[in-house]
Amino acid sequence: MFFSFATRNLRRHWIRSTLSIIGIVIGVVAIASLGVMGNSINLLAANIITDVGDTVVVTPHTAIGGTFAGDPRTVVDATIPAREVEEIRRAANPHRTIPVLQGADKVEFGRGESGYAQIIGLEPGDIPVLLNLAEGQHLRQNQAGALVGIHLAREYGIAPGSRIAIGGEDVRVAGVLAERGMGFDINPDYAIVVSDGWYESHFGAKDSYPMVIVRVGDVEQIDAVKDAIEIRINRREDLVDVSDSREMLGQYEEIYDQITAFLLGIGGIALVVAAVNILNVMYISVTERIREIGVMRSIGVLRGEILRMFLYEAMILGVIGSVVGGILSTAFGYLISVAAIEVATTGTTFGENFTVFDQSAVGFIIFGMAFGIGTSIAAGFYPAWRASNLAPVDAMRQK
Amino acid sequence: MSGEPILRFEEVSKIYPLPAGDLVALDRVSLTVDPGEFIAVMGPSGSGKSTLLNLMGCLDVPTRGEIFLSGQEISGMSDDDLTRLRRDRIGFVFQQFNLIPLLSAVENVEFPLLLTTGREESRRRAIEVLTAVGIAETHFAHKPAELSGGQQQRVAIARALVNDPDLLLCDEPTGNLDSKTGSAIMEILAAENREGKTVVMVTHDPGVAAYARRTIRIVDGRVA
Repeated sequence: MFFSFATRNLRRHWIRSTLSIIGIVIGVVAIASLGVMGNSINLLAANIITDVGDTVVVTPHTAIGGTFAGDPRTVVDATIPAREVEEIRRAANPHRTIPVLQGADKVEFGRGESGYAQIIGLEPGDIPVLLNLAEGQHLRQNQAGALVGIHLAREYGIAPGSRIAIGGEDVRVAGVLAERGMGFDINPDYAIVVSDGWYESHFGAKDSYPMVIVRVGDVEQIDAVKDAIEIRINRREDLVDVSDSREMLGQYEEIYDQITAFLLGIGGIALVVAAVNILNVMYISVTERIREIGVMRSIGVLRGEILRMFLYEAMILGVIGSVVGGILSTAFGYLISVAAIEVATTGTTFGENFTVFDQSAVGFIIFGMAFGIGTSIAAGFYPAWRASNLAPVDAMRQK
Repeated sequence: MSGEPILRFEEVSKIYPLPAGDLVALDRVSLTVDPGEFIAVMGPSGSGKSTLLNLMGCLDVPTRGEIFLSGQEISGMSDDDLTRLRRDRIGFVFQQFNLIPLLSAVENVEFPLLLTTGREESRRRAIEVLTAVGIAETHFAHKPAELSGGQQQRVAIARALVNDPDLLLCDEPTGNLDSKTGSAIMEILAAENREGKTVVMVTHDPGVAAYARRTIRIVDGRVA
């Protein structure tokens, strides 16, 4: 009976009720679709970042430590000398130590097209350990040639057998590398990989490496390898920084979790605003019906029943708003995510086969709806409590 | 319990604490109401008539003294127990009718009964009582705003009677009605009393008080 009373009363003030419902809808849509979007960004990041998992990266020690790969504080033009590389190799033994040469030069792709690209120099024997080929062949020892990153190759129509010029020096393309995604060590998708011998003769660089990668076969041994390197190289002073991909991936995840939390927070604010609106509407409703409440109390309606009647009203507003909001946010969340993914993955294949609605996206929508219903009831509680605690005599005296 | 009064007030005082000092609305009032009585409570404005009626109707509790409803002391009762007493044993008729605007005539009447009884039985009984107070069936579905003052008060009386209460309390039941309609309402109350219902009625109007068989005069919170 009190439930039908609540619905009748909401219908009596249908404009007010509709506006309150719209408020809840906006709040739920905000919280759920921003949650879905945050989640999509997270999923996409997980897709893009290559989780090698078993890689230790050694870089020259910087004055200020970084928190993530590409942190501007750690981008310094410094190198690790060859004798330190040998120390690292000994410390990391028997795991494979891969010194990396990195630089940039002007590359001519033919047909008059050219531009600067990153050049990565690796020992030919190390290349298959780090990188996979999309087509063509790996570099052979003592043979001039280059492997081209997949996005660079696509952009300029390069295939195995094509010829390019690096810094004016003609090179034959032996293979095209498979898409690797963003790594914590090297990012060859937009780069050209050459042998260390060719690199050194071309750039005149010798014995200085911006980065050393240690491939640790067993994830369990990563910490031991890191410690061994630290002890051996950084004994007297800090010469190198040692980090592993798991750690950096964790930092990334933390950043993305913060983004998601931030987006949820914005959605939460929208919902709190909606809740304040419900509180206001319910409060007005109680004030308007104070005399009616007094009459009901005088003819035998219990306090608890009055409380329930008003809570039903808040709950009905919350449920309708949340269900509509849930449906809309499924649509909005999907659209926002698709748009965000398209922007983030233009020209790559990471967006392919990507599902927006995984378990946690659905979780965000359910969370948004539950939060909507919960805040509505919470907002209705004070007015309902106030109504139920009115003394019937005082309430009936109100005009 | 046949010899027991329906209501017994013993040295009942009601004092409202106000910033300017305590307001004594009722001052050591003792009285009894026996089953089947028709009592008019009269007195000037502010004399304490309404306070007396509120205490009789368990809408309020006394500051001092004891009130017995059919021998049961009500001062120490919880709010819920007092509410159940009002629901099951007391009927109220107000000057302003106080119908619930959202509900139709028949819904207003069945409302108190629905708190304890099933839907069908409530509706059957509501129709019975509405017919008894002279509301035509064509008006059953009307909202209070669509009814005249006299019709609204008939509906209000039907609502007060639907639970078959021991005690019918009326606060200026004809105060908002013209004299002809007022007389019709008083005839209904008198008829209920003749059938054994105990009626206590607050009124200013000596003509209305004449329907009662006993008059209690209140002056400055005391029985005069």
